[in-house]
Amino acid sequence: MTDAGTKERSRKRTVEVSVGEPLGHPRDPGDDKISNYTINFGPQHPAAHGVLRLIMELDGEIVERLDPHIGLLHRGTEKLIEYKTYAQALPYFDRLDYVSPMCMEHSFVLAVEKLMGLEVPLRAQYIRVLMAEMTRISNHMLQLGSHIMDVGAMTPNLWLFEVREDTMQFYERASGARMHANYFRVGGVRYDLPPKLLADIGDWLDNRLHLFEDAISLVADNRIFKQRNVDIAKMTREDSIAWGFSGPMIRAAGIPWDIRRSQPYEVYDRMEFDIPVGTNNDCYDRFMVRVEEVRQSAKIMRQCLDQMPAGPVATDDRKVFPPSRMEMKQSMEAMIHHFKLYTEGYHVPAGEVYVATESPKGEFGVYLVADGTNKPYRCKIRPTGFSHLQAMDFMMRGHMLADTTAILSALDIVFGEVDR
Amino acid sequence: MSVALHVPRMADAPASLAKLAKATPRAGIETAFDVARKHLIEVLTALRDKHEYQQLMEIAGVDFPDRAERFEVVYCLLSLTKNHRVRVHVATDEATPVPSVTGLWPVAGWLEREVYDMYGVTFAGNPDLRRILTDYGFEGHPQRKDFPLTGHIELRYSEAEKRVVYEPVSLPQDFRTFDFLMPWEGPEYVLPGDEKAVGEAPGAPSPAPAASAPPPVKAEPKKKAARKPRAKKS
Repeated sequence: MTDAGTKERSRKRTVEVSVGEPLGHPRDPGDDKISNYTINFGPQHPAAHGVLRLIMELDGEIVERLDPHIGLLHRGTEKLIEYKTYAQALPYFDRLDYVSPMCMEHSFVLAVEKLMGLEVPLRAQYIRVLMAEMTRISNHMLQLGSHIMDVGAMTPNLWLFEVREDTMQFYERASGARMHANYFRVGGVRYDLPPKLLADIGDWLDNRLHLFEDAISLVADNRIFKQRNVDIAKMTREDSIAWGFSGPMIRAAGIPWDIRRSQPYEVYDRMEFDIPVGTNNDCYDRFMVRVEEVRQSAKIMRQCLDQMPAGPVATDDRKVFPPSRMEMKQSMEAMIHHFKLYTEGYHVPAGEVYVATESPKGEFGVYLVADGTNKPYRCKIRPTGFSHLQAMDFMMRGHMLADTTAILSALDIVFGEVDR
Repeated sequence: MSVALHVPRMADAPASLAKLAKATPRAGIETAFDVARKHLIEVLTALRDKHEYQQLMEIAGVDFPDRAERFEVVYCLLSLTKNHRVRVHVATDEATPVPSVTGLWPVAGWLEREVYDMYGVTFAGNPDLRRILTDYGFEGHPQRKDFPLTGHIELRYSEAEKRVVYEPVSLPQDFRTFDFLMPWEGPEYVLPGDEKAVGEAPGAPSPAPAASAPPPVKAEPKKKAARKPRAKKS
């Protein structure tokens, strides 16, 4: 800075000096009238986990009221799906919760299969469960890592991302895409998993998850981490139910509700796993419930690998699932089926279903209204984070501004899903 | 129709649901009820308190433009204790508000806001019925069936004005939608040319062959001649 600039600034800094208080107004430490301070959090903020705009009304550092503005990532997915055939609608689900794509597809394919009364071969069911649990681990790696980072620790996040990277490579080997897999199809899954991939997944379960344990060992008993999370955003069981919580959020409240156990789908009824619950229902409990879920998911994946039978991975109903390319080269009928499936698609009998699965974030549901044609009449997506985020105002009141990131992280929000 | 066994399996519908007053069971593969608007709060309160459906998971809107009351609002309830789901359907139109259930479940606040935003259904008693998913200053209700997929307004960054500008949507070609349905299986609509048949008496005798019918095709010998060399080649 030049000399002239300094002088310029010092000249500007001259302040009027008070010449004493007017009579009758003794000096008061504060203002007469305290007005709340309103600040904007986001929409572009690294701790907002996407595009979230929070209007926060502060009294000092205490949050008095909070108004989340969502919809900045609204893409009209439900409207678009109404104009697409069922098969074309599926890739949109990958783009909802882009942190756990296959679990999003799961609800939709189950809803369509329920309407059609379509059976899926056993191997496909095992593969779906295997991939869904891998997705759960993948999701929690991101969620736990960013939660830790939002409250101030850097290292664990880097380690957890290594594990997540592994799962994404398995995604790629299974489906051809790292994220937007489009792997679960109505009637089964797109490709069979090769034996080498299954062996590698088993190897990964044995040898790579220690990274996760190491990372968690750094924070689970860490004093600072506990100070930032224990007793933050406590809720009663009744409130958790009334605010429509599901998944890890309701389990942290001590309610052992897990759709995989209560309303088992695919082969979850053959799996042995525990449902972790919290006792205190604060941010720390929500964190630890997810930590334990990772271990249980690994257990389920191991059981899937051990029990997986041989056989087809998709239904042989050629009116729903396309024939293999090899078959198409030799059979005229297969060719016709392929052509019909990729132009007209398949017809789903009229009816309406609400099918929900346990996604890593909680209950992810699809309310599907079919009118007998090849396109959904209405496909309402029940996002998990929508209800959780709504309760944030309720949870946040009376907390400090710095708790915002911890509370938001513990909700596990992804805006692709909330805004749709 | 066969039943898929791998979809989420919950408990059977509790027998007590048969005694649910003022609700008509709805046909379908899941438990659902039709309820009149004025009885909605009463029925939902009974479901929550007497029948143990503690959680409201979802409120979905559906648009049926042909009906007198074109909108359907669907409440998806979940019982944690009985492990069962139930749906409650209410019909309404653009002008008539549906009673809000925010008093029963606080989670309904945003769910109703979303239905309002997407369909324009109003909810009487919701304390904060603002738009939620659409842009600030958005007009219209995008999930209605008569709202075009492309929307009415598009926005872009204008290099000239150095800001984001909103403009009416302009399409380089008309929006086209194909349903790929077979005409004898698909929905009932008028195919191009069908409108000429309207007004014809049902069961009219098929017209006799016209006197001045075009003479039969004379090109046949030519075709045969053209085919013969090919046959020889093969």
